[in-house]
Amino acid sequence: MSLLHVVGFGLKVGHLLWVPCCLIVSFIYLNWFNCNLGINHNHNCSNNNKWKMGFLGDYDGKVWLNNWWEKNLGNTCKQYYYKYNSLRRSWWRKLWHAYVVFWIVISSSRFLHMSSEATEKRKESLVSLCDERARMLQDQFNVSMNHIQAMSILISTFHHAMDPSAIDQKTFARYTERTAFERPLTSGVAYAVRVLHSEREQFEKQQGWTIKRMDTLEQNPVQEDDFALEALEPSPIQEEYAPVIFAQETIKHVISVDVLSGKEDRQNVLRARESGKGVLTAPFRLLKTNRLGVILTFAVYKKELPSNATPDERIQATDGYLGGVFDIESLVEKLLQQLASKQSVIVNVYDTTNHTDPIAMYGSDVLGDEFYHVSTLNFGDPFRKHEMHCRFKQKPPWPWEAIHSSVGMLVIAVLIGYILYATVNRMFISEDNYNEQMELKKRAQAADVAKSQFLATVSHEIRTPMNGVLGMLNMLMDTDLDVTQQEYVRTAQGSGKALVSLINEVLDQAKIDSGKLELEAVVFDLRAILDDVLLLFSEKSQGKGVELAVYVSDKVPEQLIGDPGRFRQIITNLMGNSIKLFVWQFTEKGHIFVTIHLVEEVVHSIEVEPQSTSKDTLSGYPVADIRRSWEGFKAFSQEGPLGSFSSPSSELVNLIVSVEDTGVGIPLEAQSRIFTPFMQVDPSISRKHGGTGIGLSISKCLVGRMNGEIGFVSIPNIGSTFTFTAVFTNGSPNSKEGRTQQINNQPHLASSEFHGTNALVIDPRPIRAKVSRYHLQRLDIRVELVSDLDQGLSLITNGNSAISIVFIEQEVWDRDSSISSHFVNNTRKVDPPKLFILVNSNSSFRASSVNSGDPFPVVITKPLKASMLAVTLQRAMGVGNRGNTRNVELPSLSLQHLLRGRRILVVDDNSVNRTVAAGALKKYGADVVCVSSGKDAISKLKPPHQFDACFMDIQMPEMDGFEATRRIRELEHMASIEDGDGNNSKLRVPILAMTADVMQATNEECLKSGMDGYVSKPFEAEQLYREVSRFFPTS
Amino acid sequence: MDVLQLQRKLREHQAAMLREGFLDDQFSQLQKLQDESSPDFVIEVVKMFFDDSEKLLNNMTRALGQVPVDFKQVDAHVHQYKGSSASVGAARVKNVCATFRNFCETQNLEGCVRCLQQLQNEYSLLKNNLQYLFRLQEEIQAAGGSIPTIE
Repeated sequence: MSLLHVVGFGLKVGHLLWVPCCLIVSFIYLNWFNCNLGINHNHNCSNNNKWKMGFLGDYDGKVWLNNWWEKNLGNTCKQYYYKYNSLRRSWWRKLWHAYVVFWIVISSSRFLHMSSEATEKRKESLVSLCDERARMLQDQFNVSMNHIQAMSILISTFHHAMDPSAIDQKTFARYTERTAFERPLTSGVAYAVRVLHSEREQFEKQQGWTIKRMDTLEQNPVQEDDFALEALEPSPIQEEYAPVIFAQETIKHVISVDVLSGKEDRQNVLRARESGKGVLTAPFRLLKTNRLGVILTFAVYKKELPSNATPDERIQATDGYLGGVFDIESLVEKLLQQLASKQSVIVNVYDTTNHTDPIAMYGSDVLGDEFYHVSTLNFGDPFRKHEMHCRFKQKPPWPWEAIHSSVGMLVIAVLIGYILYATVNRMFISEDNYNEQMELKKRAQAADVAKSQFLATVSHEIRTPMNGVLGMLNMLMDTDLDVTQQEYVRTAQGSGKALVSLINEVLDQAKIDSGKLELEAVVFDLRAILDDVLLLFSEKSQGKGVELAVYVSDKVPEQLIGDPGRFRQIITNLMGNSIKLFVWQFTEKGHIFVTIHLVEEVVHSIEVEPQSTSKDTLSGYPVADIRRSWEGFKAFSQEGPLGSFSSPSSELVNLIVSVEDTGVGIPLEAQSRIFTPFMQVDPSISRKHGGTGIGLSISKCLVGRMNGEIGFVSIPNIGSTFTFTAVFTNGSPNSKEGRTQQINNQPHLASSEFHGTNALVIDPRPIRAKVSRYHLQRLDIRVELVSDLDQGLSLITNGNSAISIVFIEQEVWDRDSSISSHFVNNTRKVDPPKLFILVNSNSSFRASSVNSGDPFPVVITKPLKASMLAVTLQRAMGVGNRGNTRNVELPSLSLQHLLRGRRILVVDDNSVNRTVAAGALKKYGADVVCVSSGKDAISKLKPPHQFDACFMDIQMPEMDGFEATRRIRELEHMASIEDGDGNNSKLRVPILAMTADVMQATNEECLKSGMDGYVSKPFEAEQLYREVSRFFPTS
Repeated sequence: MDVLQLQRKLREHQAAMLREGFLDDQFSQLQKLQDESSPDFVIEVVKMFFDDSEKLLNNMTRALGQVPVDFKQVDAHVHQYKGSSASVGAARVKNVCATFRNFCETQNLEGCVRCLQQLQNEYSLLKNNLQYLFRLQEEIQAAGGSIPTIE
């Protein structure tokens, strides 16, 4: 029971303690939580948060506390957080120790309190027991005493007052015997009469015995049996005597003994007659029973005395003395037997008249409890003092209740405390772990950044000298070299270029890794880009005898908005990959075919027509099934073929681009990791073809950034097809017509010149014919397709439309020279159309074409490109021949296109540089203004801007390019604030750094100071184009 | 002299200058920039370069004569000179400038002085050669021929 109580109490106390502790802990943690917020530990905080919500149980409360803590302590805490972490820990440990000590004190005090209570209770019960016993003993004694007193009156009445006496020994004995029940405590009663010496003789005579003295009796206590009165000596002569004349049967032997002769008795008697009250002797051994007893003596007077009588009067009036022998031992024993719990209490009775030497009257020496209670006994004799000592027989029991309750309390409190302490400790540990991990994470991130930085820097640093090497090699090529030397130089150049492109790739990868890659959104012409790429690869492919072709569906808008550079990079990577796969092949024949469609078109074609026969490919070699390359595309598999592409939004253009080759294909085991960075198909291949293996992974990233997907199918020894989708925005559809005109006019000089011209393409392969038609249509030429010469002839001779140009595939021409010449002869009869032979490479054609006679048809080497076609056609047909047949490079053409009419500010302190830069820009048609210092530049470049762009030297005296740019940007910023939402183009001028020192002009530094890019000095056409095209998307 | 002969001489001379590294591709680029709208573009630029060169060389000499030498100042001049020589395509001058700058960076006075001498040397050679080149061009033009471009 008590244990249950203890546990209950403990729980209650525990609960009471728990609540404030929880509050404290949660406060502290809210505090930490805020700190954590400050240090951006969001993840942890959210967890913390949940935990705390549970704790406080109410969100509002949390928010409130949160704010409160944030205001008060958040900031301070933030600063000292790390510093005080360990301090707080030791503080917690100290608190824990203090807590334990506190509870030990509490529980021990409780223990003391409870045990003292128990002792007190015990004491009280002992006191009451003792007092009860004492009272009862006293009562009983008093009863006996009263009786004896009554007897004394009886004697005075019937013995002394009557003459002759009515009482003799016999009567007395009988009477006392019969009334013994009234005096249970007296073992005997005797009466001694006062006899003066003068009366002695008469008295002795009367009684028939002499008065005997008592002292010998006292000195030699004898056994009852041997007891003989005769042995006692007669009493010596005294002034007076008090011989016993009557005695109860039990103490009959004391008759005739002079009571006054006994020392003790004498005193007793004397005191009794003086006081007139009952007087007790000191305890002594009773003669017969050998038990402790006392004698109570009453004086019997002759007459009734007043209560205030003097002792002398009392002595005079004394007649005799009545004494009763009390057997105290048995008295107490009897009494105790009547009472309960006699077993547990030990009672001792002492006569303490003499304080220093108390006389034990009752009780054994049994050892009991040390503690005892003393009750005074009043037996009616003021002279004698008696005390009753009570003690418990058993030692006090162990205070189990106190022990249980205090120990239980301590255990519960310590447990609760430990739970708290452990929890807090655990929190500290997890906090520490968390901090440690944060630290590690920071370091890892820093290391990652450092790695990327290192990569970027190293790449940059390599690029700079490589540019020098390449430039030198270029110069070397221009010198007089023999064939071998030229070959060496070309090889070195090729390697250098490969290295630079590799470095660029690594840079890209680093950018992707660090998430710095950002796509531009500028308007661009997809077809022009493809022409570029084609140009890039035409040399390589011609060397290999591989046919290159590009086909763009006419549903694809002319103008798209997106990142042309990156798009170009993807296609270049894919084509480069395809070319690589060719090198390995023994025959090295086949094609690489790039097609671009709208996704909608392709999806429809899937539904409508099943794939045409595998023979129907560009070069006649079988290819991998294109459809399988996009099997994995999510957009296609989800919600049906038309699902996500049927949206009527004209703004977004979903392109699907596929690059198909008939190379060796990719080994099956390598296909799964083809998009993993730095994974090579096969180390042996990479050794043969070079490449880092990151091109495809970069492509995949780029495609992903264009919201597209990339996939491929590859069949060993047949070929591979890579397909990707990309989402672009339609380039301003409203002004579409106008722009289309411009685009077609400018770079491809002659499109309008061929307007209305009809052409015939003779080609047995429909796909190849389609490609030819695509390019011709870009020149605004109407195209008819036939599959062989006979059909072509009939169309020319009978056709309604006048066909002025005929394109014949080399393979058709070569098939049979007689048919060819027949064809030529026949066409000549009519209005002779111009003949063009489309060949794959010059070398392979020359041998067979020589014999075909006059007029020698013009040979066009594939890959077809609109610009090249236009030039060739112009030259052959004499249409608008400007005499300038120089093969215009695309970048400079486009540069002209981009820069014509632009107002450009050139800032350079060096007059030579300034003039050269201005000259170059003027060459491209720009309107150039020059200034010679950064300060002048600032004065010229005040928003709203008069200039379309600014080329700024970096290193200038007084104010360098960075500083000038920063100031200009500040001015622009202020202006834009004033202006609100004015048109941006006037408020921000593109500033490009010009530098001869590529190392110094890291891109970041330029961007940091607000520049938009940099160009090397002196200008390189392609770099200039790349940078400028970012700001002038179209004229 | 025959125009064709003059033209050949010019071609040869220019090729020799390219070969010997006096000039580089940039000079050819510069020539490409010259057209009907600016017939004397190259000569203008080169004249400017000459003026610039003389001024800068004087500055460098003066700067190197001072005690103590302010290498930063020298370096600034050399940087300028490097920029302008790169712009006209004076390859050898440019290369010497690069070396010069290294010496400036290491504060090697002896090297700097040597470089300055070399620069002066290179410059006078280049100037002579270019002047000869322009004289040939003038003669060709005077004879009514066109100036051949070098690819």
